[in-house]
Amino acid sequence: MIAHEQVETAAYEIMKKAAIDIPEDYLGGVKGMIDLETGDLSSFVLKSMVDNWEAATEDRRPMCADTGLPRYYVKVGNEARVAGGFCGVEEALRSATARATQDVPLRPNRVHPLWRTEHNNNVGINAPEIEWSFEPDADWIDVTTVHKGGLFGTDYRMLFPGDGIDGIKRVFLDTLIAFGKRGLACQPAIVGVGVGGSKDICMTLGKQAACLRVVGDANPDPKIAALEQELKELGNRIGMGAMGFVGSSMVVDCHVEVGYTHTGGMPVSVHTFCLSSRRATARLHADGRTSYRTDPKWFTPYMRRETIGWPRSDTSSASAG
Amino acid sequence: MAEERHELRQRRLTLPASAEAIAELEPGNVVYLDGVVYTAREGVYQKVVVEREALPVADLASVSNANFHCSPAAAPDGKGGYNVGGVTATASFRFSKYLADWLDLTGTKIVIGKGGMGAGDYKEVLAPRGAIYLTTVGYGTGALLGRGVKAVESVHWLEELGIAQAMWLFRVKNFGPFLVDSDTAGNSLFQRQGELVNAGIEALYAGLKPPALRRYGETDDRRDELL
Repeated sequence: MIAHEQVETAAYEIMKKAAIDIPEDYLGGVKGMIDLETGDLSSFVLKSMVDNWEAATEDRRPMCADTGLPRYYVKVGNEARVAGGFCGVEEALRSATARATQDVPLRPNRVHPLWRTEHNNNVGINAPEIEWSFEPDADWIDVTTVHKGGLFGTDYRMLFPGDGIDGIKRVFLDTLIAFGKRGLACQPAIVGVGVGGSKDICMTLGKQAACLRVVGDANPDPKIAALEQELKELGNRIGMGAMGFVGSSMVVDCHVEVGYTHTGGMPVSVHTFCLSSRRATARLHADGRTSYRTDPKWFTPYMRRETIGWPRSDTSSASAG
Repeated sequence: MAEERHELRQRRLTLPASAEAIAELEPGNVVYLDGVVYTAREGVYQKVVVEREALPVADLASVSNANFHCSPAAAPDGKGGYNVGGVTATASFRFSKYLADWLDLTGTKIVIGKGGMGAGDYKEVLAPRGAIYLTTVGYGTGALLGRGVKAVESVHWLEELGIAQAMWLFRVKNFGPFLVDSDTAGNSLFQRQGELVNAGIEALYAGLKPPALRRYGETDDRRDELL
């Protein structure tokens, strides 16, 4: 049985870790881009960012003062049991958000959309968002927090099957160019692309692809993996680097996720995570231990299952850790 | 290749900055600041520019002539002061309409923010008043900037406007890095760089057929069918 307090403590810790410590996969990806970057200004920006991440970790201060919209992704093992139940988990996540906002400190960004009123703690109606998924043959709960900037770098468009890969490339370029100018998208970033699903799930899949898959990860479908690589190269050929200056550093990595969609349509969404890509994951084990990591391991074979059942033999290895 | 890259010129500026020191800055220079900077964005502008309330700091320009478009991650430290963690700029283009009046009312000569402002704002508003624009770098160097904030000198309208919109006066040291976007002639680094990038954009779309259904924005005539 997982204790309610264990959830709150872990959520508080990952709020701090996400805000302060840049994930190593992302740091490695950006350092790799510095070596290839030929633009003076763009490369200066990237080096400053690396200095900034070192300062954040040394001083234990947030790497970016814009907290973005802090939120959670929770993956629950099918055998997991938690004291206080799952409403209790949601309460713990809201409590941890308020506590971390005060202690880190995080900027209280969340306001009512119409009245602009706030509680100064990043908690409110539908905030923080909590998305749930499940995992077979497991008794743990994974809690991931993502702090992603909330204003720029995302678009959605309903395409049609005849628009094909050309259409996806156009939406991809349109989004990166529109929000890359002056660097409003805070590039270079991990870019997530959602293809298919219903409209809302198209957005959700693209967002999760950007925020919950690490640099270097490839979609298990080799043709989608090839598309990811092609889009990454296309983005880095725009000629735009960090802050929209001349350069080649736009896409640290590109992740595509798909969902079965309407036979007449091909919805597409594009999402850029931040130059300060902030994510952290805690695994709450059934024996009371908590372990921390930066790879959310969100897209398991179970998540991507195609038929009524799921590939039972693969799930245990893919979800171990 | 890496060996072809050039180092950018670095400058250190004491605030309030003199007209001579400001005139020496060129687009693309890297700047670090010492002295006092203040934050002001739409909440403060609304009060002072629109509602004509008095500035809460007497003779602001003699204390600081640098306006930072920023909302700090700050929280009360329990001892009557504030704990400032990260410091990051917010996008400045939204404040364009207030700026001419604000510069006239305060004597501000340095505007600091995210992403610069329109080239017209530089030519028509900032440059004629001897003011320049500095942009934060990468928009995420919150920890480096937070490190440069040595003390909160004072905070005004905190109750009324909240942490994000209040007017904060920060004592800073080696505060940066920033990049000079516009100089006193109104030249803009973002504009120049944007033009260079734009030159290659058409070629990217060559051979990619347009989608079957267009969107408003691709045509601005709302009477058009989008097919």
